[in-house]
Formats: sequence, structure tokens, C-alpha cells
Amino acid sequence: MFTAIVFLPLLGFLIAAAMTLFPYPAAPVGAASGGHGDHGADAHAHASDAHSDDHGHGHDADHREAPFARPAELVTSGFLLIAALLSWVAFVQIGLAEHAATVKIAVLPWIHTAGLNVDWSLRIDTLTAVMLVVVTTVSALVHVYSIGYMSHDPDRPRFFAYLSLFTFAMLMLVTADNLVQMFFGWEGVGLASYLLIGFWFQKPSANAAAIKAFVVNRVGDFGFILGIFGVFWLFGSIDLDTIFASVGTMKGKEIVFLGGHVDAMTTLCLLLFLGAMGKSAQFLLHTWLPDAMEGPTPVSALIHAATMVTAGVFMVARLSPLFEQAPAALAVVTLVGAVTAFFAATVGLVQNDIKRVIAYSTCSQLGYMFVALGVGAYGPGIFHLFTHAFFKALLFLGAGSVIHAVSGEQDMRKMGGLGPHIKLTYALMIIGTLALTGVGLPMTEIGFAGYNSKDAIIEAAYVGDNIFASLAFGLLVIAALFTSFYSWRLIFLTFWGAPRAPKDVMDHVHESPSVMTVPLMVLALGAVIAGMVFSSVFIGHGYGEFWKGSIFTSGGNHVLEHMHHVPVAVKFAPFVAMLLGLGTAYVFYVAKPELPGQLAASQPGLYRFLLNKWYFDELYDFLFVKPAKAFGRFLWKEGDGRVIDGFGPDGVSARVVQITGRVVALQSGYLYHYAFAMLIGVALLATMVMFGGVR
Amino acid sequence: MTPDLLPALPEILLAIGALALLMYGVFVGEKSIGTVTWGAVLLLVAAAIAVLAGPKLATTFGGAWVIDPFARFMKVLALGGSAVAVVLAARPSVADRYARFEYPVLVVLATVGMMMMISAGDLISLYLGLELQSLALYVLAAIDRDNLKSTEAGLKYFVLGALSSGLLLYGASLTYGFTGHTGFTDIAAYVKAHGASTGVVFGLVFILAGLTFKISAVPFHMWTPDVYEGSPTPITAFFASAPKVAAFALVIRVTAEAFGPAGHSWQQIIAFVALASMVLGAFAGIGQKNIKRLMAYSSIGHMGYALVGLAAGTAEGVQGVAIYLAIYVVTTLGTFAMILAMRRDGHPVEEIGDLAGLSRSRPLVAAGFALLLFSLAGIPPLAGFFGKLYVFMAAVHAGLIPLAILGVIASVIGAYYYIRIVKVIYFDEPVAGLDPLSIEQSVVFGVASLFVLVFIVFGNGLVTAADAAAKSLF
Repeated sequence: MFTAIVFLPLLGFLIAAAMTLFPYPAAPVGAASGGHGDHGADAHAHASDAHSDDHGHGHDADHREAPFARPAELVTSGFLLIAALLSWVAFVQIGLAEHAATVKIAVLPWIHTAGLNVDWSLRIDTLTAVMLVVVTTVSALVHVYSIGYMSHDPDRPRFFAYLSLFTFAMLMLVTADNLVQMFFGWEGVGLASYLLIGFWFQKPSANAAAIKAFVVNRVGDFGFILGIFGVFWLFGSIDLDTIFASVGTMKGKEIVFLGGHVDAMTTLCLLLFLGAMGKSAQFLLHTWLPDAMEGPTPVSALIHAATMVTAGVFMVARLSPLFEQAPAALAVVTLVGAVTAFFAATVGLVQNDIKRVIAYSTCSQLGYMFVALGVGAYGPGIFHLFTHAFFKALLFLGAGSVIHAVSGEQDMRKMGGLGPHIKLTYALMIIGTLALTGVGLPMTEIGFAGYNSKDAIIEAAYVGDNIFASLAFGLLVIAALFTSFYSWRLIFLTFWGAPRAPKDVMDHVHESPSVMTVPLMVLALGAVIAGMVFSSVFIGHGYGEFWKGSIFTSGGNHVLEHMHHVPVAVKFAPFVAMLLGLGTAYVFYVAKPELPGQLAASQPGLYRFLLNKWYFDELYDFLFVKPAKAFGRFLWKEGDGRVIDGFGPDGVSARVVQITGRVVALQSGYLYHYAFAMLIGVALLATMVMFGGVR
Repeated sequence: MTPDLLPALPEILLAIGALALLMYGVFVGEKSIGTVTWGAVLLLVAAAIAVLAGPKLATTFGGAWVIDPFARFMKVLALGGSAVAVVLAARPSVADRYARFEYPVLVVLATVGMMMMISAGDLISLYLGLELQSLALYVLAAIDRDNLKSTEAGLKYFVLGALSSGLLLYGASLTYGFTGHTGFTDIAAYVKAHGASTGVVFGLVFILAGLTFKISAVPFHMWTPDVYEGSPTPITAFFASAPKVAAFALVIRVTAEAFGPAGHSWQQIIAFVALASMVLGAFAGIGQKNIKRLMAYSSIGHMGYALVGLAAGTAEGVQGVAIYLAIYVVTTLGTFAMILAMRRDGHPVEEIGDLAGLSRSRPLVAAGFALLLFSLAGIPPLAGFFGKLYVFMAAVHAGLIPLAILGVIASVIGAYYYIRIVKVIYFDEPVAGLDPLSIEQSVVFGVASLFVLVFIVFGNGLVTAADAAAKSLF
């Protein structure tokens, strides 16, 4: 069963990839192929918007349909649905059963050398089971949703192949039994992310975004791989069980790193966390995530909201035995998470692109998860990961549905008043927003998914005992306010008020087909109930029986106990913040729509600072990109062009030609020259032998 | 005492046959060309069979005539090369009006000379064989006597050849004077007993100068490009194959047998000559537009590579040389079959540019030619690569690592001009197509292409034979 979960996506990928090898038919085929009965009605809506950014209409000039598009989407989606069902079964078996042990399935021997043995095997414990459920469920729904969303794209087999490849890589990551295997999955999702962000490779901005995502992730991966090396050096193994077994003896050990003696565990954990920061788009390495929205919206939902970006959270939780030995590293995790949550929320306040708002929201929510991990509340962190996957995927796919409705427009300033036209999407987006902003009844467990998990994190931050915990608590509450504000701002700007879109677009506004809305409804169900249903096992009384030690909390870690006994004010703080955000948003965008403009005008510096995302792109451009480009240009022009080409190929070939010219010139054609050369030769040889050879 | 004539049976057969063909030609006149050609081929094949069927190890004429596996290997190679050269010449010589019945006869006589060279065990028989071969070749170079270039080639070859013979004879007399012997084994015994005096070494230098002239090694190579370009193409093909084998065999015999104990002296001469030949062959070939001239520099370079094996001075090295020569002869004959086929509207063309676009008009021929050229350049997995591998390996094992490295560099530079031809064939704008290949050309060309391709799989027999040949000298 577990093998099937992991390898069905791979099989799907291989089949779909094989289908992309077939050549495109020679004659252009219409945008909507005949097999799409449910799409015939809205095909006309897209005839006019061939130049829109999103939506796969980029290549209208040569609109040829890939062969086998329909089988490719059916096969990949079908496999994923099976995998998702099996995952839930696995979740029940592993997580909810009484005495289930960690399941290990050997797949292949991989690397066997002296001192390093790496086997490819699947490790399934509760943590993995949770991730399996998240990954396969969201992936299956995104696959199905994409059948509708991508129906106008001619390259669907490629798209579905990438999606399945991503899913396989992600499953490799979460089922990893050792760090090398995890790194394999880690890089695999990175590759799939790169391919999918750049799926519309005809768009320069998509290519740039793909490269940016890849390069920024490289920074994190460098830390991660150094961390893996360090772990191997310290423990002599990269096998998770071996590491966890001997981790207790490593506390306080010192290693030499960058010329100084440093605490081994802290250094290793910080290096590993660097990897997590890259993958999970944490503060300083976050810049790629908003740009990644250049990819198709289902990709944003799957990779850049629900699954891949949470790989960092998963990794820290998986390696919790290590992190528990490094309090200083955990403090850094807390700080980075809190700053990210706050920073991304502030930027989200003023963004106008509907997908970017959600992207910054994702960034911010990932910050929440890291705060939870940082204060030692791994359960709440993973719980938030779990619930967030549902409502964030819902929001993204809902946004995709909105974009679909308004013919590819992503700017919220050009929307408005869409509520009555697309009621279902509107309702689903409201549910997503309620879940994200954490609506629920304080002091009870009744609330939308985000309520249970996010409030748990805020409470954990309050009781956390590392030095940044109080700061984190403050920042998270403020971020909760901002979250509420920008989420409702999105709703109000998109669905309320007077339409701001051109009339021809408004005329075409239409609800998405059911192949898109049904996955949304499934996600909405998760967004409503996931928190209430699972909160007791994830963070409540069933904690121990549920996790079964798959995440480790050291003896001195009592955060989970304390977080249930926080003052009432703390319990109400996020609720109040949420209400404040909602109220402000209502005042700004419904009651007095002129207010935002006035505020922006009165605080131009602050507004521009936020609108330009704290100028991080500009800063990095100045600090890294420009010097790197200049350096690259220097190496290219001077190093490669002048030195290597000059002394290498060009120089050598010039010398060769020169020598050739001289040698050929010797061949004068005169007999006496030739005879003279022979005699010189004899004299030379005789001299040589006389002085060099006679013994 | 009558000498034992049996070991010289193939040569006697060839000599009598050549005279008979000559008489037939003289009496029948120009019409006889076809009969004489195929008669000569038959003779050469019969001689090859006689060599193979003859004794494996024998000496006669008072030690001046030696039969050993080495001689048999080289003789078969030389006879094969000569036969193919006669076959290849048949049609073009008629078409270009220099067909004479003397041509096959001269080739046979030259071959007799070559076989004497290969079997030489004495300075006297060495010179006799060499002169018999050379005189025939001088005439062959000028056989298109109405063509200015051909006569110029013949005359240049003759004058310089005479000079080289003079050097050789001077060396022989020095050797005789200082050792008191002309037999190779006696010389070797003397040198072993008394060491190599300056006089002996000078004799060695002059003898080698005369012999390396024949294999067109630098600095005695100057005649090669002019003669190759000036001679009719079938003659060039002949020059590039069999005589090189014979002269090389002679160089090996003189160095390994007669002057074996003075190894240190000749090894550095050979190493120097090898290096100079490789480098000059590589560089000068780049500047050529005429494909025959290019092949002249190519053969200079190839002789250099083969000499690397000899410079090692070991059985392994000589084995490498034997393999190298065999591969070289086959590849060269195949290449010349193609060059002979370069005719447009009945007239021969010789510029590399005339091959442009061959890949489109004759894809199969282009592919075969590309194979041969890649083999000449020494690109794996073709035969030429293994030839170089064996000689360089021998040099490395003998401690001549710098020579091997320089040789590899030279072969990289030299690869340029072979690959440039491939580029012209495949990527340049097509010019008017070439005439179709004749049957003989197709066969020679096809067999050679196939040979370089499958050598990697079936080359073992050749390697074993070369091993046996080399072992008989050490």
C-alpha cells in the first residue's frame, strides 16, 4: 500500500512523460478540443483574451494540441486519486490505530561504500502519514482541478507529467528514511517547482521567476547539504534512526567551523534550517515565492502553498531530536519565523495582484509554523501545516477560479462586484478566508481550521521559553490582525462593490465548470472541519498516542502542557486581532473606499516601502545580482574571452595557422632547397648522436 | 655451393613473371594493358600465397636473405598494397591517357625490390633491394610523361633519391670500414663486443638518413608533397602504401638486428625523427587545399606515429608498428580509392572543396569516407585509434612519456585537417556532384571502410600476427 502511494505518481509521470514524446499534429487544432463537452460553453469566453498573462493562452499563434492530452490527464489524476485514498487509509492505520509501529519498507540498496551505506527505503510513521495525506489529497484535487483549468493549454501532457513528478518527489521527501533520500526528494521538488514555474516558457517573466526560485533555493540547499555533511561527519551515518539514537551524546560537543570552535548541534541545526528557510521561503530567502506565482495557478496551490513550501517545516519536525539538542538554533528558528510572519503580512496589506496577496499570506503562515517549531511546539506546527494546506489550496484554487472568470485578469483593482456572478466561488473563498483568519469561538474547539491551529501556535509562543518567544507572540498577534485585514480586503475588492473590470470582461464572467468547483468544495470541507476534527489528536489529549514519538520533545519541553493554561486574554488576543482586521478592512474597502488612497497619500514612504516588499528585490539585486552579473561578465569577457579563448582555442589556433604558414613556406619547390634540408638533417642527427649518444 | 633458392621463391616468381609480362607487352603493344594488369595482380597474389606457404624461418645466400615471421607479415602487407594499387590504376589510367603496360610491370619489379628489402640480412642485399624498388618508383612517378607536373615529380624524386642513396652507401661503407662486416648479425656481434664507436654511429646515422628518406620522415620528407601531388593519383596511392611498408621494415631490420646493441644511439635518432614527422605532418597538412598534397603530409605524420613505436625499441613497440602499418595501408588505400573517384564529368578533381555536399549526393560514400578520415585522425573506436594506442602504449612502457605526450598533441592538431574534410562533406554548400565510383573503387573503398569500423571487434588476428612478427626480431 505504502509503495503504491509513493510510486503511483511516478508511474503517472512516466506515462504522461512518454505521451509528450509523440509529435504534435501538423495542422493547428482549435483551442477547445472536441472531447471537452463541459467546456464548449465557455470556450468563447477565452477566444478574445489570448494575450492574458495567466491561463495558458500565451501561445495563440501556433495553437496546436499535444496528442494524448486526455489520456495523460486521466491517468495521472486517476493514479493520484487512488494514492490519496490509500493515504487516508494509511493515516488511519498509522496515526489513529492503537499500537501501530513505524513502518519501514526497503526499496533498493542505493549507495554502499566503506563507511557510508544508504538504502532507499520508505519510513512511514505518524508524521509521514500526515504529510502523505496532505500531499496526495491536495495533489489529487489539484490534478482534477487542472483538467478544467488547463483545458485550453496545448501542452497538458507535459503539465500533468510535471505535476506527478512533483508529487512523487514530495512523497520521496516525506517518506525519507535517511538524509540523502530526503535531499533527493528535496531537490526533486525543487526541479519540479522550477519546471512548473517556467511551464509557460514562452514568457520571459516565467523563465526569470523559475530561475530565481531555483537560484534562491540553491542558497538554502547549500546550507542543507553542509548540514548533511556535518551530520555524517559527527554521527558517522545519515540514517535517521542511527542519528536519533546517538543524538543525546552529542550535546555540547564542539566542532571547528569557519575557523572557530562552535557548538556542534547548534551549527548543524542552523545549517539544516538554512535549507528549510530556502524551501519554505522564510525571511531573507523569501523573494522567490511571490515571483513563483508566474506559474499556472494550480501549481501555486499545490507547490507554493500546500506542499513543497512546507517541506522546510516537515524537515525541522522530522529532525526534532536534533533541534531539541540545540536551543540556540531553535531561538533562531523562532525569530526567523516570527519576522517572516510579520514581514509577509505587512507586504500582503498593499499588494494588488490577487495571487501575490495569497503568496505573501503563505509566506506569513509558514512563519507561524516555524515559530511553533522554534518554541518546541512541533505538534501545533505540523497541525497548522495540515490545516493550512486545505484552506490555502482552497484560496489559491478559488483565486484561480476568479481569474478564470475574469479572463485571466489578476489585478484586484480591475475586479470588484464579482460576488453575484460567481456565487459558488465567492462562497468557497469566504470559507477559505474564514479558515485563514482563524474564525472560531474562543475557549472552545469550535471554529474553522485555521482557528484551531493558528491560535494554538500563538498560545505556544506565549508560553515558549526561548528568548524570542515573547517577541514572536507579539509579532504573531499583529500578523493575525494584518492577515485578517488583507484577507478581507481581497474578498471586498474582488467580490464586493461596483465592477471595475471592462464591460466585455464583465459580460463574460462565468462560474467555473464542476471539474474545478468540486475539488474546491472538497477543500472547503477540509477548511471547515479539519481543525475541529483533528485538534484533539494533533495537539490535544490524544497527542502522545497519535504521534507515537515520531516527533521528539525533550524532557524539559513542557510547552504543550503550558499552552493549555494560558490567560484568557491570550486566548482572546488572536480573536480580537482578527475582528479588528475585519473591521478595518470593512471600513477601508466598503464603508469608505476613499480612505486607502488618502492613507497611502499621507504616508507615501511607508506605502511604497510595503508596496515594494521592503525593497528586498532591489536590495538583493544591488547586493548579489548586479555584482554576480558583473563578476560573470568579467569572467566571460576577460577570463573566458581574453584569457582562455585568447591563450586557449583562439590563441592556439592562431599559432597553429602561423606555424603552418611557415612550414608550408619551407616547401619552396626548389630541388636544391630540398637537398639542402636533407644534408642539414643528416648533420643535425650526426651532431645529436655525437654529443648525446656515444657511450 | 648452390644457394638454397626456396626461401626466395616468391621473389623469383615475381621477377620471372614481370619479365614475361614485359615481353608480352612489348610484342602485343598498347592493347596488352588489360592482360598485363590482371596478370600482374595474379602474380602478386600468387607471390603472397607463396610467401604464406613458404618456410617460416630460413636464411639463404650466406645470411643475406632472411625469412622470419616479421618478413612474412611485411611481405604480405606489401604485396597486398601493390596488388590493390595495380587494380586501382586500371581505369583512371585509361581515362586520363597515361595507361601503359609498363605500369603493372614496374609495380611488380618494385615489389620484388621491396621484398628483397624486407628480407635483407646484409648491407649488400639491402642496397640491391632498395635500388630495384627506387628505380622502378622513379619511373612510375614520371609515367604520365606528357604532364609537366608528373615529369617534375619523377625528376625531383630521382635526384633526391640519388642523394639519399649516396648517403646510404656512405653510411654502409663507414659501417663496413669500422666493423669489417656487412651482414647484420655480424655487425651486431661486433658492436656488442666492441661497443659503438663514433664511426659506427656515423655509419648508422647515414644509413638511417637514406632509409628514412624512403618513408618520407622529417627532415628527409621534402620530396613527398611535390611527388604525391605531381604523380598520377594511382601512383600516389601506390607510393603511399607498399613502399612505405617495405622501407619501414628495412628501418626496423637495420635498427633492431644490425644495430640492436647500439640501441641508445638509434633510439634517440628515431625519436627525434618521429617527433619532427608528427609535428610537421600535423601542422603542414592544415595549410593544404589539394587533397593529394594533404595526403602527403598525412603520410609524413603517420610515419612519425609509427616511428614512435620503433623508438621504444622493444618487441611491443615493433608489434605496434606492424599493426600501425597494416591499418595505415588499408586506410590509405581506401582513402585513395575515394580520391581516385573524385571525378567530375570524366575529369579528375583534387581540391578538398570539390567534396562539398557529398553527404547529400552520396550519403553512403560520404559516411564511408568520414569513417576513413576519422580513423586516420585516430578517433575511437575506429582502427586508426588502436594503431596509435599500440605505438603510444609501447612508448609509455619504454619510458618515452614526453614523446607520447607530444605525439598525442600532434595527433590532436592533425585531427583538424581530417575532420575539416568531414565538415566540407557534411556541412558545406553542395557543389556539382561527383561521378559514380567504379566497381574496383567501390570494393576497395567499401572493404577499407568496413575494416576500420570492425577492427575493434575482429582485429585480434592482426594483433596476434603482429605480435609473432615482432617477437622474431627480439
